[in-house]
Amino acid sequence: MVSSQSESGLLSSEGDSQRTQYPYVTGTSVIGIKYKDGILMAADMGGSYGSTIRYKSVERLKQVGKHSLLGASGEISDFQEILRYLDELILHDNMWDDGNSLGPKEVHNYLTRIMYNRRNKFDPLWNSLVLGGVKNGQKYLGSVSMIGVHFEDSHVATGFGNHLARPILREEWREDLSFEEGVKLLEKCMRNLLYRDRSAVNKLQIAKITEDGLTISQPYSLKTFWNFGAFQNPTVGAEGSW
Amino acid sequence: MPKEHANWSPYDNNGGTCVAIAGADYCVIAADTRMSTGYSILTRDYSKICKLADKSFMASSGFQADVKALQKVLASRHLIYQHQHNKQMSCPAMAQLLSNTLYYKRFFPYYAFNVLGGLDSEGKGCVFTYDAVGSYERVGYSAQGSGATLITPFLDNQLKSPSPLLLPAKDAVTPLSEAEAIDLVKTCFSSATERDIYTGDSVEIVILNAHGVRSEHEQLRKD
Repeated sequence: MVSSQSESGLLSSEGDSQRTQYPYVTGTSVIGIKYKDGILMAADMGGSYGSTIRYKSVERLKQVGKHSLLGASGEISDFQEILRYLDELILHDNMWDDGNSLGPKEVHNYLTRIMYNRRNKFDPLWNSLVLGGVKNGQKYLGSVSMIGVHFEDSHVATGFGNHLARPILREEWREDLSFEEGVKLLEKCMRNLLYRDRSAVNKLQIAKITEDGLTISQPYSLKTFWNFGAFQNPTVGAEGSW
Repeated sequence: MPKEHANWSPYDNNGGTCVAIAGADYCVIAADTRMSTGYSILTRDYSKICKLADKSFMASSGFQADVKALQKVLASRHLIYQHQHNKQMSCPAMAQLLSNTLYYKRFFPYYAFNVLGGLDSEGKGCVFTYDAVGSYERVGYSAQGSGATLITPFLDNQLKSPSPLLLPAKDAVTPLSEAEAIDLVKTCFSSATERDIYTGDSVEIVILNAHGVRSEHEQLRKD
């Protein structure tokens, strides 16, 4: 007896094609901090495909217009689409040719609206974004999640960074960090993530944005330290164990 | 082979508590400034209070993205009202607008728990309290959000509000002075902070009276 194949079996109807998604290639945490002269942001260059670290040269920190820096975690293809939206936004802003340019606050608001409106259509962009920048001396650092939850603060992080980096930042962040101190603080956080986040890779970029402009560093690696006494002599204090 | 499912919810609860108390010639609207998700704190310094009109302030807790969208819709509608009527919306008018706006999304609600506070056209304090889909009521005081269950019984005891079922209707507005009401609100929040993990960091208190608006900040426990 032949059973008729219902639509929800192998084929999906047109209405279902743009609904709940799963992320495929993902980036892990992004961390951002305000420092004396502007914003510092760090992200590693990993693109994971589930539990495989498939891509190791993914740039997850990008410039947006004259005044902003965007870092993204989550689905990389959705990040690329967001960059296309922003490209068009900045293009139209430039075409006015009126001496005005969109600042980080405006870009953050635009991103929030995009993320929220996609969430409303049950077709989210699967990203957590960090948007930082400086305009007219005003530093700005904000975050948006895939469902549109947004806020600004002196330090932000996405994903695992919220659990592992922000506690460090809450203890050690100060208003007047120098560039070197800021980088050291970010590296401390990134090292911590490297130890404990399985999707982290030891190849990262740090980006700096100030009133004068933006630089994204060349990729580099962090030194890691595995010679903890507890690892070297695991049975000290537990005689008879192995 | 069963495919691995990543599922997501369009809602999140970003926590927090809101309180408002109506007085004879003032209104106190307060909310904590903590924004959380799950067991993490996102930021300790986020305002949940929004000025909708000269004499209407709304405090909202719940899903922050929906709260922000709701605030934007109401601000936009108020601007149109001002263009059409050449005046500010009264608090009771804003109360009705908020209710209608919430019910409009009855089948995909704004996950927002609101308290509207302000002065009515007689200058008396008024507080309106809402559920997520727009059911509302004018009351003498209200608490909404994660700490509401801790605060409401305390306010019931301290403010001894008359039952809304009494005839003739008794005024629910508190006879307390403005300073006493502010002190009461601070007590509410420090108590709620002790037991509710989503309430804390600091409380923002907005006071509306005949002389205008002012706001106070008080630090709360950050754990």
